[in-house]
Amino acid sequence: MTVTLMQGNEAVGWGALAAGCRFYAGYPITPSSEVAEMLSRELPKYGGKFIQMEDEISSLAACIGASVGGLKSMTATSGPGFSLMQEHIGYAAMTEVPCVVVSVQRLGPSTGQPTSPSQGDIMQSRWGTHGDHPIIVLYPNSVPKAFDLTVTAFNFSEKYRTPVILLMDEVIAHMRERFEVPAPESLAVVDRISTNVPPEWYKPYGDTIGDIPPMPSFGSGYRYNITGLLHDPMGYPTQRLDEINPLVERLQRKINNHLDDILLYDEEYTEDANTVVISYGITARSARHAVKLARNRRHNIGLMTLFTIWPFPEEAVMRIGRTAKRVIVPEMNLGQLALEVERVVGRHKVVRINRADGEMIAPQTILQAIEGR
Amino acid sequence: MNNIEQNAYSYLRTTKKFPNIWCSGCSIGIVMGALIRAIDRMGLDKNEVALVSGIGCTGRMPVYLDFNTMHTTHGRALAFATGLKLAKPELKVIVIMGDGDALAIGGNHFIHAARRNIDLTAIVLNNEIYGMTGGQYSPTTPLEMRATTAPYGHIEPPFPICELAIAAGATYVARSTVYHAVELDKYIEQAIRKVGFSLVEAVGYCHTTFGRLNKMGSAVEMMRHLKNVSISLSAAEKLTPEERSSKIVRGVLRDIEKPDYSTLYEQVIERAKASVTGKEFLRAGPGGLE
Repeated sequence: MTVTLMQGNEAVGWGALAAGCRFYAGYPITPSSEVAEMLSRELPKYGGKFIQMEDEISSLAACIGASVGGLKSMTATSGPGFSLMQEHIGYAAMTEVPCVVVSVQRLGPSTGQPTSPSQGDIMQSRWGTHGDHPIIVLYPNSVPKAFDLTVTAFNFSEKYRTPVILLMDEVIAHMRERFEVPAPESLAVVDRISTNVPPEWYKPYGDTIGDIPPMPSFGSGYRYNITGLLHDPMGYPTQRLDEINPLVERLQRKINNHLDDILLYDEEYTEDANTVVISYGITARSARHAVKLARNRRHNIGLMTLFTIWPFPEEAVMRIGRTAKRVIVPEMNLGQLALEVERVVGRHKVVRINRADGEMIAPQTILQAIEGR
Repeated sequence: MNNIEQNAYSYLRTTKKFPNIWCSGCSIGIVMGALIRAIDRMGLDKNEVALVSGIGCTGRMPVYLDFNTMHTTHGRALAFATGLKLAKPELKVIVIMGDGDALAIGGNHFIHAARRNIDLTAIVLNNEIYGMTGGQYSPTTPLEMRATTAPYGHIEPPFPICELAIAAGATYVARSTVYHAVELDKYIEQAIRKVGFSLVEAVGYCHTTFGRLNKMGSAVEMMRHLKNVSISLSAAEKLTPEERSSKIVRGVLRDIEKPDYSTLYEQVIERAKASVTGKEFLRAGPGGLE
């Protein structure tokens, strides 16, 4: 087994390559730029293509265009660029074009503090683009997990024909950690399904074989229309209610019917815990340390680390809410995912720990909350 | 009906999408006809043509045509097309835009697509107004003209589309009008054949908004106006700059050779592959080196 020291942003780049990513378009922005630099160097070795676009809007547009051309595509950015990408996250969701968007979060709002960590894009990653749309958002808590979840992001994106967002903490993006290089054959890589029906039978947005229509690439002999307008099963713009409703419902259903596959999280000691800490990203690392210290002091504490934050793992959190008397939600923002936890377990049970000043939440802070100090 | 017109029908998605959304008398259909005739004359396989558009009246064109078609977001068609072209260099990628689409919200993408000389064919239908939203001024609305957002006359100078593309680095630039449909056919064909960023400005009109607001008459009268104010490039060269400024100059304004982005990127791939040391992190498997 090869072991190496790897940075989080590099791990995202390698994860993308391992998942079969062969196109990257991006715009420089701290603290995500290493992903672009690394892929500009490595992608062409694999026959893939890299392009630095004129802004973040065109970066995601180019990714979607390349994906329609058959290449797995990714872009990486940070808060201000992520805001600009919202337009095309909506377009990718509506047109069901697979793509992966990495947002290495920095302290906001606005230009904020480029090199300071923050977990401020939780709600933007869910609702940043207008209209009701399906989305999957994954969130690693370590460098190896950044690699794994990048592969998973591509797999989900291809499998469910949806944009997938990988939210990163600046701390993980720039941190170097021990990384065990996985054997390529150990990685499960999913590719979108194409079709072999005669072209005149093909319905690009039909539901003949289920909620996720096959997607042949442009130039493969299946000529069809893609539009961000509400469309019929042929991909043509429509204003008919009997065509709009089935589309809107299918877009939701194709994600919501596969939550068992999509919702990823870890639970430690949660079964009979009277207090559970629910956290994600780098904050979950602090929380894990705090939980360990608390258990040493014979507190009955559990930890839930979320890797999929959207869709929100409602059932699992609800189950925790049934046994735990108290749920602590530390996050490096002024309370974003806490809103979801409160909705599910009830506000009276939730203790929030927040900071949004560019510093991490220390294990001691969480321990104090656990001990009610 | 002659052959080319019969052939034209085979390029239309007639099953569902007609009648189209354009006003009767609209100039967009003429550009669509010119595009079809150019493609038909070149004998291109429908499967190897991709048509990408943005938003607006002109942006609806791909929906009606039986190619690989992508109706994208406002102003961003060139960016989508850039990704598509890089993924599938064998496709003829044609980008059809209106003036507001290409030069206001899409202005940045326009100059950068031209600068990096990506092998796309851009067709900008310039009707000097935002038609779909009801007649607001665009970046090509001439000075002093009326628009629904310039009720007292327009005070901004217009962008010269072709000159902008030339300055930004386009390899083929031509302009004609919808009155000169045969000339448009020819320029569009030359633009598609060109390897590199090519631009055809098709000067059209919007009688519904621009014509009405500026009392320019019906579609026929606006067409006649285009005939009267446009001159060929050779005729224009005999005029003084002042005389020329009131004319629409038709012709091939630029036609040069330089390597396109995809060709240069193939060299990048060769250089990168030559730099492989064998110690790369991913060597085999689905994500590995070939």
